[in-house]
Amino acid sequence: MLESIRPALVVARRELIDQMRDWRIMAPIAILTLIFPAIMNFAADRMVGFANRYGAGIVADRLIPFLLMVVGFFPISVSLVIALESFAGEKERGSIEPLLTSPLKDWHLYLGKLAAVMIPPLVAAYVGIAVYLVGVYRELGWTAEPSLLIQIIVLTFVQALVMVSGAVVVSTQTTSVRAANLLASFIIIPMAFLMQAESMVMFWGEYDALWWTVLGLVFIAALLVRTGIGHFNREELLGRELDVLNLRWMKDVFVDQFRGQARGVGGWYRTQLWKTLREARTGLLLMALMFVGAFGVGAYLTQMFPIPPGLLRVDNLRLEGLEGFEEIDLFSVKGIPVIWFQNMRAIVLGTLLGLFSYGVLGILLVLTPFVIIGYFGVVLAGSGLPLWEFFAAFVLPHGIFEIPAILLAGSAILRMGARLAAPAFGESITEGVIRSFADWAKIVFGSVIPLLLAAAAMESLVTPRVALWLLTR
Amino acid sequence: MIITEDLSKSFDTFVAVDGISLTVGKGEVLALLGPNGAGKTTTVRMLTSILKPTRGRATVAGFDVVKQASQVRSMVGVLTEHHGLYNRMRATEYLDFFGQIYGLDSRRRMESAERLLTLFDLMDAKERRIGEYSKGMRQKLALARAMLHDPQVLLLDEPTSAMDPASARLVRDSIRNLRSSERTVVICTHNLAEAEELADRIAIIRQGRIVARGSVPALKERLVGPAVYVAEFYNGQGEKSPDLPGEVAWERMDRNHIRFTSPDPATFNPLVLERLLAQGFPVVSLEELPRSLEEVYLQAVLAADGESLDA
Repeated sequence: MLESIRPALVVARRELIDQMRDWRIMAPIAILTLIFPAIMNFAADRMVGFANRYGAGIVADRLIPFLLMVVGFFPISVSLVIALESFAGEKERGSIEPLLTSPLKDWHLYLGKLAAVMIPPLVAAYVGIAVYLVGVYRELGWTAEPSLLIQIIVLTFVQALVMVSGAVVVSTQTTSVRAANLLASFIIIPMAFLMQAESMVMFWGEYDALWWTVLGLVFIAALLVRTGIGHFNREELLGRELDVLNLRWMKDVFVDQFRGQARGVGGWYRTQLWKTLREARTGLLLMALMFVGAFGVGAYLTQMFPIPPGLLRVDNLRLEGLEGFEEIDLFSVKGIPVIWFQNMRAIVLGTLLGLFSYGVLGILLVLTPFVIIGYFGVVLAGSGLPLWEFFAAFVLPHGIFEIPAILLAGSAILRMGARLAAPAFGESITEGVIRSFADWAKIVFGSVIPLLLAAAAMESLVTPRVALWLLTR
Repeated sequence: MIITEDLSKSFDTFVAVDGISLTVGKGEVLALLGPNGAGKTTTVRMLTSILKPTRGRATVAGFDVVKQASQVRSMVGVLTEHHGLYNRMRATEYLDFFGQIYGLDSRRRMESAERLLTLFDLMDAKERRIGEYSKGMRQKLALARAMLHDPQVLLLDEPTSAMDPASARLVRDSIRNLRSSERTVVICTHNLAEAEELADRIAIIRQGRIVARGSVPALKERLVGPAVYVAEFYNGQGEKSPDLPGEVAWERMDRNHIRFTSPDPATFNPLVLERLLAQGFPVVSLEELPRSLEEVYLQAVLAADGESLDA
């Protein structure tokens, strides 16, 4: 084992020594390790005193752990800069080529560099945390709960891993540090949002929620590492020489993937769409499983968030709940475009979210209605409406079209994420995104839009009547 | 040692290398010549298993560049276009780092580093940071790195481009030594005189294709015609017509010179000299008219352009 990773350790050692000799890296790390925690100690002392003076003890209680998290985060933010320098910089200076001609495996180089760019900021973060803890203990007598300390240590590590693995992905797509820095906003902005969310958690005081953050970050880091390894290879690193925006090439790639050799709409359906749907069958299967899972989650949520007894009475629903629905525009022809537009908006939003999260957020969005259906199905079942009747009345008439549409759209979003995480040989991220977007467009234009139109018609015109008939028979 | 068959590489729609087939044997030096962007570097990158061919195949030291990439890289030493040095390292650290990557034990790393630093006259600077090195020193250090693990095959991109004449001679001597120790060397260069001096054979690449190949004399013969020899006579005493063997075509240049072409110089040139002396011509010198490799190169490139235009 050690023998197999020895080359990676050699690479890491060289990089570490190199960093130690670079004052531009060492100076900020030293400041963030020794001076910044002291400033945070001072801030904690003053703010706790201030908060207590005005009876805001809870703010004071939450402030110290919050600053503990901040002290850990600041030094690891340097890891992003070091990573961009290490990966994109070495590519730009051409010093990576002799390494690529050596017997090093791609993953040796990746792992060695990953370790080297993470170690100094992490050591700095942990030393900073220690300095801060000693300071707050001496000045305020505060000690961290071991569980909180472990959470912060783990959180700091996975945040660094996410930033560095994200930086590698960015670096593989550029030929200069400048370009990599520009693309780094794709890492900085989400991390800024994450920090805000974590700050809310810290002031909320529900520290267990941090484990969910850690879990989510581990998942994202795993996908980023997978993408990084997929793209951090000799072919990609030296095969690309320019960062040129080539719109014509992008259009050609899209058209090639979307239209292929098809002639006419019929031919396109028979060859292109069918081929893409066949390729998407694993995604469809996964979506179907998640679909069932979403119902399960909905059912489970009824225990966590129960509806007070008596609030929802099935008898009322049976007798008067649906009366006068014909008066509502939504349940007439006018409702068809409204419902269709709403569903399409969800699909497009899911796609956009999926683009930035390997499909994860997009899938969560499109599955949300199924969680809600699962929730209400079980709630109504508990109130006396059999589950089959609920489905037959409220879901199935339009669901016959809508559920396949959502499964198809979800599988297209999943495929986009999968293609990013596991690129085809010799395919850049840009090409992968364009081709998977073309596949998405094929599925959406060829099947999802027509299915959603049919579903909207059914939902406006048929479902309410079926529901009325079933509930009042 | 190096065999390529129809080796090709495309980037999207751009064909960088198009069907290169060549063989370079043990102890042979091949010079790859060609304008910038001709495909030399891409060829070298395929031979070092950095880039995968889109068509064709290649073996280096008996290993397939795609299927046995790791073995290929262990067998090859490469001087890359960018020397890839780390400015904050010392020469000894740098060589030690690469020695570790190539799996050399510490004793061999030290010995090889000392030997190469001495060979390239860098011993006095071995403890200086590489950032303080001159261009030539950097190039020599990069070459030392390429030779550190005593590779069977060396692929050298512009090995003397930044060097002063003395350093360049040092490097050329070391390349000659490599040849005599049965190493295979491929040099990519724009320095035609160097290529002529060092290479056993030359391959000229144009737009990803080999447009001419062979030994320097053979290429000269083919592209700029047969060798022309000039006999110089003392003080205008060459006015009368010589009687030379029928196989030798000659013409007078002026009172002091005649020039001739010879179907087999080894056989006929001594005969020509003998006849001239016997007929009383005061021969001062007999030499081949210089035909530069530059002429060969330009002819090959022009011919290739014509070919592509015709096509």
